Amino acid sequence: MNIHYDARLDGDLPRRDKAEVLADLQRAAPGLTLLHREEDLRPFECDGLSAYRILPMLVALPQDLEQVATLLGRCRALGVPVVTRGAGTGLSGGALPLEQGVLLVMSRFDRILEVDPDARTARVQPGVRNLAISEAAAPFGLYYAPDPSSQIACSIGGNVAENAGGVHCLKYGLTVHNVMRVEMLTLEGERVTLGSEALDAPGFDLLALINGSEGMLGVVTEITVKLLPKPETAKVLMASFDDVEKAGHAVGDIIAAGIVPGGLEMMDNLAIRAAEDFIRAGYPVEAEAILLCELDGVEADVDEDCDRARRVMEAAGAIDVRQARDEAERALFWAGRKNAFPAVGRMSPDYYCMDGTIPRRALPRVLKTIAELSEEFGLRVANVFHAGDGNMHPLILFDANREGELEKAEELGGRILEACVDAGGSITGEHGVGREKINQMCVQFQPDELTTFHRVKAAFDPEGLLNPGKNIPTLARCAEFGAMHVHRGQLPHPDLPRF
Amino acid sequence: MATPNPTLPDRDASAELGERLRQADADGTPLRIVGGDTKAFYGRPVQGEALSTREHRGITRYDPVELIVSVRAGTPLAELEAALAEQGQMLPFEPPHFGETATVGGMVAAGLSGPRRPWAGAVRDFVLGVRLFDRQGGSLRFGGEVMKNVAGYDLSRLVVGAQGSLGLIGEVSLKVLPRPIARASLRLSMPLDEARRALAEWGRRPLPITAAAWQAGVLHLRLEGGSGSVADTRRTLGGDDLDDGYWEALREQRLAFFDAEDERPLWRLSLPQQASLDLDGLDETGMLHDWAGAQRWLRSDLDAETLREAATRAGGHATCLTPGAAEPFTPLSPVLAKYHRRLKAELDPRGIFNPGRLYPEL
Repeated sequence: MNIHYDARLDGDLPRRDKAEVLADLQRAAPGLTLLHREEDLRPFECDGLSAYRILPMLVALPQDLEQVATLLGRCRALGVPVVTRGAGTGLSGGALPLEQGVLLVMSRFDRILEVDPDARTARVQPGVRNLAISEAAAPFGLYYAPDPSSQIACSIGGNVAENAGGVHCLKYGLTVHNVMRVEMLTLEGERVTLGSEALDAPGFDLLALINGSEGMLGVVTEITVKLLPKPETAKVLMASFDDVEKAGHAVGDIIAAGIVPGGLEMMDNLAIRAAEDFIRAGYPVEAEAILLCELDGVEADVDEDCDRARRVMEAAGAIDVRQARDEAERALFWAGRKNAFPAVGRMSPDYYCMDGTIPRRALPRVLKTIAELSEEFGLRVANVFHAGDGNMHPLILFDANREGELEKAEELGGRILEACVDAGGSITGEHGVGREKINQMCVQFQPDELTTFHRVKAAFDPEGLLNPGKNIPTLARCAEFGAMHVHRGQLPHPDLPRF
Repeated sequence: MATPNPTLPDRDASAELGERLRQADADGTPLRIVGGDTKAFYGRPVQGEALSTREHRGITRYDPVELIVSVRAGTPLAELEAALAEQGQMLPFEPPHFGETATVGGMVAAGLSGPRRPWAGAVRDFVLGVRLFDRQGGSLRFGGEVMKNVAGYDLSRLVVGAQGSLGLIGEVSLKVLPRPIARASLRLSMPLDEARRALAEWGRRPLPITAAAWQAGVLHLRLEGGSGSVADTRRTLGGDDLDDGYWEALREQRLAFFDAEDERPLWRLSLPQQASLDLDGLDETGMLHDWAGAQRWLRSDLDAETLREAATRAGGHATCLTPGAAEPFTPLSPVLAKYHRRLKAELDPRGIFNPGRLYPEL
């Protein structure tokens, strides 16, 4: 089932004449950069989910708030949908353009407005890169904790839109836990402040609501983030296992021992080999699984925890536990993990990255299901896993040039996500639903729940012009998706009423 | 005032609760949602038929290895905390109880957090999922029993602190954490401005501070973490030992400062940690500065508007906790109020869920 916008399933969208919209916007906002020729639009046709490409009607690159407000006002008056985009690194097609819509690119809002070392906050524009915040805070011994793998390139505005995570979530939380205040423009052009520089704000927690809302409730124009003191030290242990299941149990044992690692990552044999081949991180290529366990904090506590974690992993059956000798080796251990995606990319013309989460106890069972599905579909799957918080990133290897293989990979991916939901988990831990997982939302949520989401959307955007078609499927889409699925007998309980 | 009733059995009362809601929505009967009735002072009085959550109780799933617990709204908070303590775990945001009957549902609806809040996070930061009864009585599930979940809008966190005005919280899944290995509390004599400077400086260093409250020339600190770092920091900071019970007394407002005999209204100012209040007739040294300065308590006869203007100028807001206050919460800006009304109208068009508890129009 195609994920491209389908008016029949996703709702009618007005279609305006491009030349008229362009002329209208040029008149209303004379200084606004507007791209309209095909060759200029081309670079914006996709985000990090590059298998899907749609040329937007127009691209707008505003540089001040007035331009954004004017643009929103005119688009609302004309009934033109608006898709907001940051750096375009998102992996779920959240910034996938609409051919009848304007793509609002916030990349020119790239200034760090203030770093306040006493309050331990940074006030930034949405186009600022994630890593740039930590770099600006570094002279004060502070940093911004969420660190998605794309942190060199991804923007903080996009992080808010997707509620981005990273490898340190178990201890330091997601974006929602690290953002204090957001300035937002509503579709109606009003400026609102959500949250506060204090630790709470009166009224509903709209700040929590806006994190992860994928640009569907408003346009974020400024963000105040919390900064943390850099841990005094960080040490990493690498444990090798001859069995994935043992590694899975070791993860639980570490947590049960009362240790909260800064990062706790698992890779399976295919991912280990790919990473080792690419980075030469010193990974044990014969191991069925490795765990990278990072402990950070004050020197004395970290040493204490390292000893305990080592004993726990040995007791869980690790065949070898190595502690990085120094900072250089620690960086190398992590380089292997952080480059796992491109490393896997070298083994295969294309790969498709999943993002399901599961309760940790379900890990052995879900890994087994993935192996079976991999066999069934004839596509290899490498597993990289934020083990500490149950966030899996199975990477499906395929070749888009082979007839039908992309569709096969997508179907396999969908089945993996359904296995995650079946295990009590979620279809997305940190990449977002976007357009990519719009059909799987039908598996995770019941019609009443989806209707509630639509009501929330209606409170902010009754006309449905902000990023339509993303994040929340219509009931019509789910009805069709459910019918198709039951027809193929792929759902675990085909006898249950689906919609 | 409800009395503790430890004999209530664990039970899923979804069917009755759902039926009550369906009926109320059909009749347009406003409901006053009551758990342990310990936090009625926090917010406006609700005119409505009482709907008790206390029958809907019990821990539905707790696997310490997952660091997640799921619990029905009517479960006594003390019971949940005892179950966690048995496994060496805790609710990191150390919620205030304000009475033995406090329930988990009330904790989530009120959204109040204790002394560890600036370092560990608030209630909402540990809510992973909720089951929410909507106006039709259906039980909707948002979020879940996993640490990370960004599917759909984050309604599970939206209802935290909404005081039951968007739906009836039926069950909640919370992230829990191991209790710290070591703990030490201490007191340091120092004037307010010096305490502020010290806290700003310490805040930039990875010290194991998990509570900091200044009052009347004394800074109270709690250290928690590994035994090594707690011992080292305790030695470096010096000062005198403080009984750990101080933090519970602070959290439960049982310190002499909160003296119930004092007839002046009790105010909570939520401010940026380092902010100074600029207001004639307001002596900052007479306040209790919790959360390293981000939550300040005072008893004052100053009129609400004056106090709120000063709090707003300083980047925060002011809440009046004295029962019967006409406007306990800082009024919202017109734009924000508009989106609050719209959200309420979408989710509770007939106004059955705790109408008027937060603001008259919600």
